[in-house]
Amino acid sequence: MKTAVVVFPGSNCEHDVVYALGLLGADAELVWHRETDLSEFDGVVLPGGFAHGDYLRTGAIARFSPVMAEVERMAQASLPVLGICNGFQILCEAGLLPGALVANRDLRFVCRPVHVLVEHTDSLLTRAATPGQVLRIPLNSYEGNFIAPPDVLATVEAAGTVALRYCDAAGVVDESTNPNGSTNSIAGLSNAAGNVAGMMPHPERAIEDILGSSDGTVLLESYVATLEAGVPA
Amino acid sequence: MRFRVNITRKEGLSDPEGVETARALADLGYDEVGEVHFGRIITLELSGHDAATATARITEMCERLLANPVIEDYTIEEIE
Repeated sequence: MKTAVVVFPGSNCEHDVVYALGLLGADAELVWHRETDLSEFDGVVLPGGFAHGDYLRTGAIARFSPVMAEVERMAQASLPVLGICNGFQILCEAGLLPGALVANRDLRFVCRPVHVLVEHTDSLLTRAATPGQVLRIPLNSYEGNFIAPPDVLATVEAAGTVALRYCDAAGVVDESTNPNGSTNSIAGLSNAAGNVAGMMPHPERAIEDILGSSDGTVLLESYVATLEAGVPA
Repeated sequence: MRFRVNITRKEGLSDPEGVETARALADLGYDEVGEVHFGRIITLELSGHDAATATARITEMCERLLANPVIEDYTIEEIE
């Protein structure tokens, strides 16, 4: 089982993702955004960074990179597709995940460890985690504020596909524990099928105790487990 | 032909820049200001089309790339 990690011009977390997935036993390989054939891969990760300089809107130009036709094909084929930070923004722009990510509530770049509460566990991001589990993972974004029109938000909440919400160390979710103003404190979510997911914090930066936390491991383990399980028959 | 595309956040959706700017205007004593909304202006130069076709093409560009229809509205005007 092999996963692609896409490199856009301006990506900057791709090596961290390959390293982290490698620690978990996955065969992860970097793929340039101009690649048009990902048929040898069983899953794909869109890593963090500033693809195409974040010009126009974050992810707006990246969603038309040649590789995205393959990312869409894999999403349709029930293969795991994970977007982290800028990758999450790209998946939203591509319409593979609902909503959009805009400037943080306080108009400040937030770069610090935050806590997230695991909610929905039927996704490639949270499969190995436990509902109610609190994870400490670095957040590193200016446009991390999740918004969606009321009808889209209602659909997401009714489907129960919110995987992670911002919280404090005790797991309390409210405006005081929301670092960027995200609607309903949404930090990560999946599509209804659970094979496409995105999150703003960086699990690949919390995979060894020397980094201050290894709480991101369980999320990437979920991805690797999904990859190894293959497409459900 | 030149066209101007005005892109704004859909009404009711969070607009942190607008909220902060409204607060600053209130601090400066401009009590008459209610909500403030930010947008983006894109000027496009087109050739080879009549105005109606050009507008239809720009609408398509807005839907596909220039705006995010999930959270933004847009208007198109011919400026010269």
